[in-house]
Amino acid sequence: MSSNQVIHALYDDDDVLLSAVKSIREKKHHIEEVYTPFPVHGLDKALGLAETRISIMAFIYGCIGFAVAVMMMNYIMIEDWPQNIGGKPSFSYLENMPAFVPIMFEMTVFFAAHLMVITFYLRSKLWPFKEAENPNPLTTDDKFLIEIELHNNEKEIKSLLKETGAIDITTIEKKGDDE
Amino acid sequence: MYTFTNKLRNFSIILMVVGFLGLTYGFLTAPDTVEEATAMVADPHHGEGHGTADSHGADHKVDSHAEGEHQAASTHGEEHGEDHHGEHLLHQLQNRPWAALYVAAFFFMMIALGSLAFYAVNRAAQAGWSPTLFRVMEGITAYLLPGALVVFVILLLSGMHFNHLFIWMDPEVVAHDKLIQGKVGFLNVPGFLTRALIYIGGWTTYRYFSRKFSLAQDQAKDISNHKKNFRISAAFLVFFIVTESMMSWDWVMSIDPHWFSTLFGWYVFASMFVSGITTIALITIYLKSKGYLEKVNDSHIHDLGKFMFGVSIFWTYLWFSQFMLIWYSNIPEEVTYFITRIEDYNLPFFGMLVMNFIFPLLILMNSDYKRLNYFIVMAGIVILLGHYIDVFNMIMPSAVGDQWFIGVAELGGFSFFFGLFLFVVFKEISKAPLHAVGDPFMGESERFHY
Repeated sequence: MSSNQVIHALYDDDDVLLSAVKSIREKKHHIEEVYTPFPVHGLDKALGLAETRISIMAFIYGCIGFAVAVMMMNYIMIEDWPQNIGGKPSFSYLENMPAFVPIMFEMTVFFAAHLMVITFYLRSKLWPFKEAENPNPLTTDDKFLIEIELHNNEKEIKSLLKETGAIDITTIEKKGDDE
Repeated sequence: MYTFTNKLRNFSIILMVVGFLGLTYGFLTAPDTVEEATAMVADPHHGEGHGTADSHGADHKVDSHAEGEHQAASTHGEEHGEDHHGEHLLHQLQNRPWAALYVAAFFFMMIALGSLAFYAVNRAAQAGWSPTLFRVMEGITAYLLPGALVVFVILLLSGMHFNHLFIWMDPEVVAHDKLIQGKVGFLNVPGFLTRALIYIGGWTTYRYFSRKFSLAQDQAKDISNHKKNFRISAAFLVFFIVTESMMSWDWVMSIDPHWFSTLFGWYVFASMFVSGITTIALITIYLKSKGYLEKVNDSHIHDLGKFMFGVSIFWTYLWFSQFMLIWYSNIPEEVTYFITRIEDYNLPFFGMLVMNFIFPLLILMNSDYKRLNYFIVMAGIVILLGHYIDVFNMIMPSAVGDQWFIGVAELGGFSFFFGLFLFVVFKEISKAPLHAVGDPFMGESERFHY
């Protein structure tokens, strides 16, 4: 049974945040979430998050884009309406391949980039008009926030957070919407 | 301090001796007369098959562009008929050991120059990750002076007509060639050699002072040496990008005096940059495996791997940009360059693309692989060999036509300069502590992590 009480600690520097995360995890406290205004280098490792698999997806999406470009150009330029490319009317995809390389490249990048963004949105459950989960608007500006779940150990955690250099610590009763 | 082990010293000397013998063999077996030359090639009419004569021998001019060998000979050929091919063949076979020597000399000089450019970029950008690698880079760039001087001597011998690598140096050829006549203002032997001295002088002067300031910084109490190094590095980069471009026209592109490409300088630069970075990575991994460079961690290797990956793709981008425009427009005087390469050099031409692009692309794409030393070594060796073949493809087609082969002379040339390179580089590395303690960014570099 988890309590609905959480503690929010604000930090004003990413290096301090990083070392705070490390010392909190050393004391075996569970960090619910960290909110930062920008990606903090090495934070995912410090939090012990599983490594992202988006790069594998990027590779697969790129391959799909590449294949789409090959089929598309083959259909458009060779099959449907054969084109005389560069004064070399060979009507073969392979012999005209250099002319299609820029398209293959662009489509690879296009598919990889867009599908990656869409995948990211889906995985992070983001969609238009979604209410922000962000507990403190300061984390969209220049502050960093660590959220820790409380299990009747408020004092211990508060003193630990103070040690790690938190500039503000608040205890919050969370609405039980995720139970 | 690294000590240059006897094992490595002997290995480099053996490489040099073997290479020297190979080159000597190449020079001794080169034919002296037309009869010998025709006898050496099993099929005497073999020489006809190359160039663009068969593929689109629309006009005779195109043919002579492609072969780049002898405009004069080709004009003569119209008069003497048969004789032309024998004479042509003789020149190609006589050029072969010279070209083998030149390709290898240029390739290893290019590695040192590429490393110097990378070093200067790191200095000028005040990079925080790389100072632990500075001494390795400085070691590699030590080869620039001897390497460039060897290239200069070869160019000087060409200028003195000991070989026919650069046909525009032959007054006989120029007299019959309107296109080269128009370029004489730039392509003339005194100007060519003067320019070469200016390039080499500028690069090695920068290298000398940068090394000096770098060593002085180790003992210094302030960072004035570091600042001076920053300033001269920035100035050097400006000088370098202009002279490197002109060097590539002079030393490589002018072998085909009719053909030109406006991005050739960048193309050669990409080749030397990736070769230089790869060599830095390989030597770093070697020294680390011997227990030196204890401050270098996986992240440094990872970053070098990223550069190898990125610059390999950059090289491909330039290679393709050059290729596609010429292929697409299909203008005879331009496209002959690629026709010769695709028809006579099919395997090295496309093989190089696999080695320099597809292999590093697939091997180095994964982030984790770039942290595994053996992956970097494997990819690095393929990249270096690929860029040797790249230089081979730039020089051989105009020098020897379809009479190329990676034989005793070519392997000998490679082995000789490889030995010399190892000798000079490791000698220099052993002269100074591998850890540049005084560098103000050293702390950042030691803590560098990904």
